[in-house]
Amino acid sequence: MAKVIMKGNEAIAKAAILAGCRYFMGYPITPQNEVPEYFSRELPLVGGTFVQAESEVAAINMVYGAGAAGARAMTSSSSPGIALKQEGIGYCVKGEIPCVVVSMMRGGPGLGTIQPSQSDYLQATRGGSNGDYHIPVLAPGSVQEAVDFVKESFEIAECYRTPVMVLCDGLIGQMMEPVELDHEPTKREKVDLSTWALGHSPKGKTNTIINLDIDAPNCERENFRFFEEKYPAIEKNEVRWEEFMMEDAEYAFVSYGTTARIIKNAVKALRAEGMKIGLVRPQTLWPFPQKPFENKKIKKWIVGEMNMGQMVPDVQLACGKKEDVLFYGRTGGMIPTPEEYIDFAKKELGGAK
Amino acid sequence: MKIACNGKENGMVTDDKRVRIISGHYGSGKTEFAVNYAALLARQSDRKIAFADMDIVNVYFRSREVRDKIMAMGIRMIDSSIGAGADVPAIPAESYAPFEDKSYEYIIDLGGNDVGTIVLGRYRQWIDLDETDFFMVVNIFRPDTNSVEKILAAKESLEVASGLKVTGFINNSNLVRETTAADVLEGESMLAQVSQICQVPIRYTTYVEEIVTDMTEEKKEQLSGEVIPLTYFMREVWM
Repeated sequence: MAKVIMKGNEAIAKAAILAGCRYFMGYPITPQNEVPEYFSRELPLVGGTFVQAESEVAAINMVYGAGAAGARAMTSSSSPGIALKQEGIGYCVKGEIPCVVVSMMRGGPGLGTIQPSQSDYLQATRGGSNGDYHIPVLAPGSVQEAVDFVKESFEIAECYRTPVMVLCDGLIGQMMEPVELDHEPTKREKVDLSTWALGHSPKGKTNTIINLDIDAPNCERENFRFFEEKYPAIEKNEVRWEEFMMEDAEYAFVSYGTTARIIKNAVKALRAEGMKIGLVRPQTLWPFPQKPFENKKIKKWIVGEMNMGQMVPDVQLACGKKEDVLFYGRTGGMIPTPEEYIDFAKKELGGAK
Repeated sequence: MKIACNGKENGMVTDDKRVRIISGHYGSGKTEFAVNYAALLARQSDRKIAFADMDIVNVYFRSREVRDKIMAMGIRMIDSSIGAGADVPAIPAESYAPFEDKSYEYIIDLGGNDVGTIVLGRYRQWIDLDETDFFMVVNIFRPDTNSVEKILAAKESLEVASGLKVTGFINNSNLVRETTAADVLEGESMLAQVSQICQVPIRYTTYVEEIVTDMTEEKKEQLSGEVIPLTYFMREVWM
């Protein structure tokens, strides 16, 4: 298919429809309004349903309902809206409801600003809901990757019966880029709907989805099953990352999303000055890639994010050397420049060699 | 046959009417064009220039973000009275001034689609059609303007919402950093058909020379209107 120019938010909605998503429930918030706007226009044309819910809480719970019936359903929002959805996301985890949540981060805390940020890394990877759980979190670094990851997310959601989050900074949603829409996702085995989904019960059986697990031993058993079976399988099969100019690197940036794009320019500039530096870009934030951090040639890791250093502990744990991890970031809706990272690397690593 | 614009087949930016309204489909590249156009006009004209960011649709990539660069061109910048970072559709009273003060050349950068032109309703009584150009920026690689029919439909919806007639097209067909000469020419070919049907000229063709490196003089001759080389004001090097 020929390339088209699309804004990230439009492309995300288009990708979801191409992936077979027929139900979108959401509530408007900048900078992701083009997502519901696109769905509201396009879903009815393919026999789907768009609902502008009365609240974020209502929207995620409608997704719970559609997902419980085995439909491909999605919601999207931005930071404060995702905060409101947390209870529902936890319910989807417990009910093992496949669904996709797109989070288009803006500056916080609170209502904050409408400008881009990455300050919901911990909200996404550590969860704002209650209980023991994880959800897969995919972090695209371009509009093309946003398209591809939305499609993958539905596959992951149905394979493991879990909510999946696509975590973007506001710029990924607002940026216009050429995209190909016909990339096929990796097909994964889908849990047979007749074994669990409402309305798909085989004769003589009634599928149920129960959130209240009043029997404590059973509630524990279910948690053990998640942590012994489901999560290890996701960690083994779904972890993704990109390595950029890492072959002979002695130093490395670690970054994701838009900040990783900015840092790629910094890497190229520092390389031109002779510094052996590269970039590790996690594409899944949970599961967090461990393997690239086994690289013992790296003397220092520089984490770059549009927040106050939320990924730093993950990098420290992965590389095993707390003192080797440095951080530079901007927050509250401010976007760093390649020059800021060039200057930081030179200052901290002792100049270009 | 190419349709002439303001009586001329090829003109300078100084030949356009005093008030230039830059409109177009959502994501067609209006703002990037408007800022480049302003830079060119500032270089070629001795007259005072005002630039108004009347985008009440977008939240990012609005011309007010490059306010300092526009002012450095010696242009009077008029934008939101609330500040660059807000998603509040606020347009200052100052926007009236260049309509009335005819010593100004006036460039208006609208938001996208029919909804972006709604803001003009407030100024309708000050808009003198004899001194106004209403340009429509088109990128044929946007899914909603990728055929002759869709471009004509988009043009009509802009005209219905604004109460103005499009006086010229801007061929801004591009795939950002992947644009080739063939892409620009494909835009030319499609817009030429549109132009023949509605008898509105292609006033300008734009592309970034550093990106479209395979543009030869021969190919350039096939392009309609004045060619305006673009510099990215709105797009950072890493975008």
